[in-house]
Amino acid sequence: MKNEFQVIADLIEKDKKVLDVGCADGTLMKFLKDNKNINIRGLEISKEKVQECIAKGLTVIEGNAEKDLKQFPDKSFDYVVLSQTLQAFLNPELVLDELLRVGKKAIVTIPNFGYWKVRFHLLFKGTMPITKTLPDEWYNTPNLHMCTIKDFFRFVKSKDIQIVKSLALNNLNKSTINQSNLGVKNLFADLGIFLIEK
Amino acid sequence: MNTEKNIKTLIVKKPLKLDCGKTIKDFPIAYETYGLLNSKKDNAILVFHALTGDQFVTGINPVTNKEGWWSYAVGPDKAIDTNKYFVICSNVIGGCMGSYGPSHKDPDQKIFGTNFPVITINDMVNAQYNLLDHFGIDKLFSITGGSMGGMQVLQFISNFPDKSKTVIPIATTSSHSAQNIAFNELGRQAITADSNWKDGNYTSNDTNPGKGLAVARMAAHITYLSKKGLQEKFGRKLQEREDLKFGFDADFQIESYLRYQGSVFVDRFDANSYLYITRAMDYFDLAKQFNGNLSEAFINTNAKFFIISFTSDWLYPTQENKDIVIALNSIGADVGFVEIESDKGHDSFLLDVPDFLSALKNFLDKSYEEN
Repeated sequence: MKNEFQVIADLIEKDKKVLDVGCADGTLMKFLKDNKNINIRGLEISKEKVQECIAKGLTVIEGNAEKDLKQFPDKSFDYVVLSQTLQAFLNPELVLDELLRVGKKAIVTIPNFGYWKVRFHLLFKGTMPITKTLPDEWYNTPNLHMCTIKDFFRFVKSKDIQIVKSLALNNLNKSTINQSNLGVKNLFADLGIFLIEK
Repeated sequence: MNTEKNIKTLIVKKPLKLDCGKTIKDFPIAYETYGLLNSKKDNAILVFHALTGDQFVTGINPVTNKEGWWSYAVGPDKAIDTNKYFVICSNVIGGCMGSYGPSHKDPDQKIFGTNFPVITINDMVNAQYNLLDHFGIDKLFSITGGSMGGMQVLQFISNFPDKSKTVIPIATTSSHSAQNIAFNELGRQAITADSNWKDGNYTSNDTNPGKGLAVARMAAHITYLSKKGLQEKFGRKLQEREDLKFGFDADFQIESYLRYQGSVFVDRFDANSYLYITRAMDYFDLAKQFNGNLSEAFINTNAKFFIISFTSDWLYPTQENKDIVIALNSIGADVGFVEIESDKGHDSFLLDVPDFLSALKNFLDKSYEEN
């Protein structure tokens, strides 16, 4: 399992009710269900991935987060997880609002566009960056709204969303992000993981 | 229509009050089973059939000598694996394969015809509930069915919220739409316009409204297929001829196909049953039973739901299936949903659609492992 998923799983206590938005093949869901007795649900847009989840015995709803989150009542989940997908929505702000309406807390991870390799790529090669977390070409990437850890940090603060925990991930190294080290983490972290609430 | 031999029947002694206000008792429910009930009696699946189905889900139907209507899905090692599960299916009341219906005789030994009480989906499932007592099953492992079978699934779990662990409505709706009612009315009009219908007393008059029933079936059959499916299968291909004949014989293959579908249907189905069952479907509106709030229908159950729709089904389209998902999510129920890609229309649930069959199998088997 991806290191990112291990970090997300560590943020969630046992026996909670969790919604995984964009749950893909259900790897994280399965881990949470088997190891933390989590009452887990998934929302996934790809029919193929939905089938993979069903084959794992997971409860998944085929649907689109931008349209289908509205059917869930307010605060009906302890946690709502959104892994590396916020930047792919037409309206990320709306989705973020929905995550925090449906979940008491939300865990959002973002590929960091401020990562030094990304900056390096653009600066020296002069072409759109391609890295481990950003593997696609500019013309076929699902990402519409790339942001940096610093962007996201500022964005949630401006929306009066509380950052309960923010973590920077670079390969296997996990570290805490705070106001004072934000600039450094924004340069050296590949991925940002945020536990937020409103 | 000989339905005497090879038909297992449960006589329900307990009076059943119908939605129309009448009460029936000592009435037959014809059923069939597949597989074995285990000692814990926790492996039973109750299957509900659609409009023209019957209790003979799989294998050779002993009355029609044709394959059972859900042979692709039910059987040894199939999606609903009869090596593992005990499958029960019964003919709906109002039907014509042995359960109490309009071709039966009233207490005065006269054939009911249209004097049979109008029945509803609710009446159907209340009647079938007696099978649980008959087999000594406290809780079913699953209930499932497509189309009208799906309506019965929804009504059953609403009426008996703790009687099934899992619930699988397929290609269905919680409320018959105006379009659904319109197509059913077309079928009924075709039957009653046949001069052989004789106000429903065709049996005592020794006639049969076969033409009308065949037209009803032809019209309905079109609604079970998709435009793309029809076009690919038939297009404008001609039927055993080089060119158009400038007449009203079946020039096109699609015409010949529909005529055939109509004619074979007449051999196995009763015209009055067609009237009764389509009426039951038209009256189905589960939300209305709960003052317009569909969620209320499921508020007392903690069963695990899995809802399946098909992309090309325009009779019970994905959105109508999704409305059920939405109603369940709004009360925090355990519900999964998948829309299967298929160009076979509403009939997809009856056909060899691998993605559908594997989803059904995986859901059942994984849920059973967790039992």
